[in-house]
Amino acid sequence: MSLSAALRCLTLAASLVFAGHSALAQTPFGGVAAVKEGLEIGTSTSEIGIASDFRGADLTIFGALTNADELLLAIGQYDVVVTLEGPLDYATVRKKSRVLGIWVNTESMTFEQVPASYSVAATRQIDDILTVDGGLPIGTDHMRLSPTGYIGNAGNLTEFRDAYRRLKLAGGLYQHDFGGVRFVSSSLFRASLRLPANVPDGVHMVRAYLFKSGTLLAERELPLRVNKTGIEQQINDAAHNQPILYGILCVLIALVTGWGASLMFRKK
Amino acid sequence: MTVYLPIAELSVNIFIILGMGAAVGFLSGMFGVGGGFLITPLLIFYNIPPVVAVATGANQVVASSISGAITHFRRGTLDIKLGTVLLVGGLLGATAGIWVFSWLRSIGQLDLIIAILYVLLLGTVGTLMLNESVRALYRAAKNEPVTLKRPGHHSWVHRLPFKMRFKKSKIYLSAIPVVALGFCIGVLTSVMGVGGGFIMVPAMIYLLRIPTNVVVGTSLFQIIFVTAYTTMVQAATNYSVDIVLATILMVAGVIGAQYGVRVGQKLRGEQLRALLALLVLAVALRLAVTLVVTPADLYSVSIGSF
Repeated sequence: MSLSAALRCLTLAASLVFAGHSALAQTPFGGVAAVKEGLEIGTSTSEIGIASDFRGADLTIFGALTNADELLLAIGQYDVVVTLEGPLDYATVRKKSRVLGIWVNTESMTFEQVPASYSVAATRQIDDILTVDGGLPIGTDHMRLSPTGYIGNAGNLTEFRDAYRRLKLAGGLYQHDFGGVRFVSSSLFRASLRLPANVPDGVHMVRAYLFKSGTLLAERELPLRVNKTGIEQQINDAAHNQPILYGILCVLIALVTGWGASLMFRKK
Repeated sequence: MTVYLPIAELSVNIFIILGMGAAVGFLSGMFGVGGGFLITPLLIFYNIPPVVAVATGANQVVASSISGAITHFRRGTLDIKLGTVLLVGGLLGATAGIWVFSWLRSIGQLDLIIAILYVLLLGTVGTLMLNESVRALYRAAKNEPVTLKRPGHHSWVHRLPFKMRFKKSKIYLSAIPVVALGFCIGVLTSVMGVGGGFIMVPAMIYLLRIPTNVVVGTSLFQIIFVTAYTTMVQAATNYSVDIVLATILMVAGVIGAQYGVRVGQKLRGEQLRALLALLVLAVALRLAVTLVVTPADLYSVSIGSF
């Protein structure tokens, strides 16, 4: 009971935020029969602080379907996909080949504005969900990977995209959990997304998609701020924001250490 | 116990880093070298990104050279004027080196060039040193007197213009080869993270004919300023100096060096040099292997458009 009460609050809050976007879905109850299904999501927090001993965590996102057809729900025609997208940046993939016996980076491809981290949870396999809207950029296999600049050989595109996905998945920054979204009641669902230990700092985006029989019906997004709070992050910030001071400090530490040791050992 | 390195962005075992610092410090105290040419490859072997290893190596050399420089300054075996001329070249070289470093990084060839330079440099220096020390050992075994080669007279180096008088070194020498030597060492400092003493000292003795007593002190003087400058410029342009890694290495290194000096005084010079030569060759060989062996994954990803 308390869960659904909390969710109603979330739903209300979310619909206020997305009032402009979700006007269609918010048809009052008792309206025309063919109301469009909607989707609301909420997270327990809009900001996550990560201490220095962070070893990865699960982020739980709750959501509710609105105006869902009970019969279609019962036979599992609704699917939900939830993604957590890290800050966007360019990424360069390089390929080595042998030159005069030595392994050298000979080819490269830069993808524009790809998420540094990407975690996806769904009610089942993405490929089984996207049967109609197959072209949507959802999931690691379908996400947009557009190369920038000069592409020497367009035939390599698939090869570099595959390598990018494989390396990101292997490194843990990209993850998928098909089955990570579960319905806790007929219209409430819970999604668990994995935050890897090396999750990047910055504004992440939680996105939820509702599908009915393979067609995208509704989409919601919520920003989620990931703040690294440990001393390590402060050092990293200092190195990037105050590089001159940081450099001077490094040199000072070296001078003090070197000088101090020679003084200490001379007395003995 | 693991410690997270904020710039290298990975967790490492603190005892391995301490051990590395202490071992290189011990060797640098024993052989009288800065240790940058050992610490940087060791960090790369331990999966520290070469960008961070080089910049942090330069920082570590500042600490390992300072006490030696102070000692030479007190003893009066440091030619400040000569050191300053070397330093002018060194700062120019380090600036050029940083530019090359950033450019290599942007085209994705930095790791390769660092490895190749190390293989070439360590391979050459190691071979020369081994050759020289084995000959010396052979001579000592046959009880031949050691003849220090100082083939005198003037080479082409001494016919160059812009001559300057260096009172402390008691020489009258053109500034051109001094600045040029400083420049080359400066480039090595910023691209490889070494102090460059192991090249500068022989070059000053054999090429420039600078009296041996001022050579070490003067080269340390140049090394401290060039490595300090490189640390700051690396921090400002590539954000690649890891203060946590550097501090652990430096603390372990300076302590190790004190014990290294004591052991070094008990061993014979040519034996020491033969040992160092073997060590240098082993590092070069290990790096050469990584260049040739097929990597586990031909692909790599880096963040950013470079």
